[in-house]
Amino acid sequence: MNDRINKLRDVTINLGHGGGGRAMRDLIEDVFVATFDNPALAALEDQAVFPLAELARHGDRLAFTTDSYVVDPLFFPGGDIGALAVSGTVNDLAMSGAKPLFLSCGMVIEEGLAVDTLRRVAASMQRVAIEAGVSIVTGDTKVVERGSADKLFINTAGIGIVPAGVNISARRAQVGDAVIVNGFLGDHGVAILIARQQLALQADVASDCGPLGSLVATMLGACDDIHCMRDATRGGMATVLNEFAISSDVAIHIQETAIPVREEVRGACELLGLDPLYLANEGKLIALVPARCAQRLLAAMRRHPAGTHAAIIGEVVAQPAGIVILQTEFGGQRIVDMLVGEQLPRIC
Amino acid sequence: MKYVDEFRDPDRARALTLEIHRLVERIDRTRGGLERPLQIMEVCGGHTHSIFRYGIHQMLPPEVEFVHGPGCPVCVLPMGRVDDCVALAERPEVIFTTFGDAMRVPGSRTSLLKAKADGADVRMVYSPLDALEIARANPHREVIFFGLGFETTMPSTAMTVLQAHAGHIENFSLFCNHITIIPTLKAILDSPDLRLDGFLGPGHVSMVIGTRVYRFIAEQYRRPITVAGFEPLDVLHSVFMVLRQIAEGRCEVENQYARIVPEDGNAQALSAIQQVFEPREFFEWRGLGSIEHSGVRIRDTFAAFDAERKFPVANLQFSDPQACQCGEVLKGLIKPHQCKVFGTACTPDRPLGALMVSSEGACAAHYRYARIDTSALTGRAVVRTGSAPAALRVQA
Amino acid sequence: MCLGIPGQIIAIHDAVNNLALVEVSGVRRLINIAFIVDEELPPAACVGDWVLVHVGFAMSRLDEAEAMHTLALLRELGEMDEAGELDELDDLRSATDTFSATGSTP
Repeated sequence: MNDRINKLRDVTINLGHGGGGRAMRDLIEDVFVATFDNPALAALEDQAVFPLAELARHGDRLAFTTDSYVVDPLFFPGGDIGALAVSGTVNDLAMSGAKPLFLSCGMVIEEGLAVDTLRRVAASMQRVAIEAGVSIVTGDTKVVERGSADKLFINTAGIGIVPAGVNISARRAQVGDAVIVNGFLGDHGVAILIARQQLALQADVASDCGPLGSLVATMLGACDDIHCMRDATRGGMATVLNEFAISSDVAIHIQETAIPVREEVRGACELLGLDPLYLANEGKLIALVPARCAQRLLAAMRRHPAGTHAAIIGEVVAQPAGIVILQTEFGGQRIVDMLVGEQLPRIC
Repeated sequence: MKYVDEFRDPDRARALTLEIHRLVERIDRTRGGLERPLQIMEVCGGHTHSIFRYGIHQMLPPEVEFVHGPGCPVCVLPMGRVDDCVALAERPEVIFTTFGDAMRVPGSRTSLLKAKADGADVRMVYSPLDALEIARANPHREVIFFGLGFETTMPSTAMTVLQAHAGHIENFSLFCNHITIIPTLKAILDSPDLRLDGFLGPGHVSMVIGTRVYRFIAEQYRRPITVAGFEPLDVLHSVFMVLRQIAEGRCEVENQYARIVPEDGNAQALSAIQQVFEPREFFEWRGLGSIEHSGVRIRDTFAAFDAERKFPVANLQFSDPQACQCGEVLKGLIKPHQCKVFGTACTPDRPLGALMVSSEGACAAHYRYARIDTSALTGRAVVRTGSAPAALRVQA
Repeated sequence: MCLGIPGQIIAIHDAVNNLALVEVSGVRRLINIAFIVDEELPPAACVGDWVLVHVGFAMSRLDEAEAMHTLALLRELGEMDEAGELDELDDLRSATDTFSATGSTP
């Protein structure tokens, strides 16, 4: 392994690094293989191969997902594009109850990107991969001309195995289910807004970017029948709840006073006219579970580091089907609608 | 959050709601029955937003209704002016800066948001001063700031022009679409089919212009007006104060938002406005037509910072479709959901008229937050009586 | 264009250009305080003051005494109920209760 490190002398990425020749091989070995450090990747085949019997040890269905990551800026308080690329895909797998196992990593690099940036991103990906118990076993690298990509785009696809008996689906919500969230909403959205610096705000808010596989395993241990579960990424919690309500043809009733939001996130939202329910998160899940499990599940989540501020925020009711209703802190009610387009700061 | 959370207290809300019910009973008794609900117009888009965001309209007895006024400067932007914004933004040398609210408003062919996707350099800013910074940082580009809003936003825009002038920043200009509140209120009050019983005055406009300017509403038009804050308790408290005026037969200007609004307004802010702006003879309002002296333009002294003089601006006029009933909603004759095209041909995605255009528009807010009467559908007890005492709808 | 939020001035950044650092619930931003300062109240004297923050400017000082006064008024209105009128509310409810189609109160 040692003879692979420090082969790459270049300071910035150029088109040659995507050309398929020596330069590309050096890049892959020096930056990716050395960092991701696992036998499957080290073999440098065009694919990673795993015995099915091995996979079947973990459950009876294969879960498969993909996501692309295009965040700007690449580095922000609490994370970076690499951390997002691993935890985002790990979380999509975990939301089905699957144990995440293997990830692929496809990179599209804009010519001129510093090699050091790439090293930092790769290191971040490995850190999160280790935390999540997954390996990045195959990948691809392309370099495009300046202007054809915004610094770096990453695609990760992932496979995991769903344990027998676990059936989590947006269509399974039932009247009486409790709505549970694992902690503070809106941290990632505000952290990114601040990191972009266009609004000139300062606050101690870090992205909540992180893998949820371990929390989900804990949750499966505490509740044998989680009905619905999704992570609240773009579009925030409001989007997930609307998806559940529509897919399951139920109504979801939530209490504003029960929703955990950090003071600083509240402050940023008030200043900018944003609604925390629509802000992106990268380490938050919403679960709908039978009422009988709710308290036990909540307690188990709160004992886990990724669920310290978990809360029951509402319940599933029958009417009006397909709609999410918020009981406001003031006493009145309103609909929490599906987001139309991107949420923009307002002054009106 | 200090000075915010206290004004969102649900216990105070309950108490106020009870008082409002009592006042309505009293008015009902005094008049020997109410033929139609009492209608209170909240002028400001911000109040409309508060009302729907907190469900305040559901907390009032059915004998009191809000009429959502035209105080949403984004909604009343004429399509032609939006087209002008897009044309300016499409100029290759221009960086077009704007508040977020205006980006989605459709003109006759496209919006600023879509123009941005098509390659125009459109940038959202939180403050006009940020736009000036962009001008300083990009000396070879022309930076235009899209100034809109009532007197609330005029001082900040004016101050920015003054700073640009003092700093000799030649690549900065303002596309001015500021409008004034008093002519707007007069136009509403002069409508022949007006049915309003009182007003919630615009809290933040008033922190600039003061409260004395509304005297004509009380004295000439004989309608009570309470200048209101924006937290839900402020809104409810202001409704209470207007109803109390009605019950006591008074027509006065009251200031519920005294913690922020000084009676004389803000002298420095008014001075900045005065230095930079002067009234325009006519200004077009989407949904209301042309209102005299309701707009302002940049004075000749600062012509170098006037985007309308620096660049060609077509200023064409477009009318809303026949089916549009925005005018009737604005005057309180019908409610949003009573408009024939509400929610069908006219939705926030595809707005036909002004009130569906921005999320603070009455129809858009109603559609997003209240298109279903949730109080009846979530199993909470709804108490109704056919006659006095007033029906009660209480959130436990 | 009404969005404004109370914030507290925590430092003066540039007195000559009227720039101050304001804090809203832990979020800080530089704002222009030209509209709330004058000869009697120069920038330095504003530290600790509460102001209404709107599009990067302090538009008005928040009169803390008035705020307390308004809250006291609201409390008084509330106290009139606690004397027993809330019972009147309950009587009204039980006498004329009708429930919606979906069932009883949770």
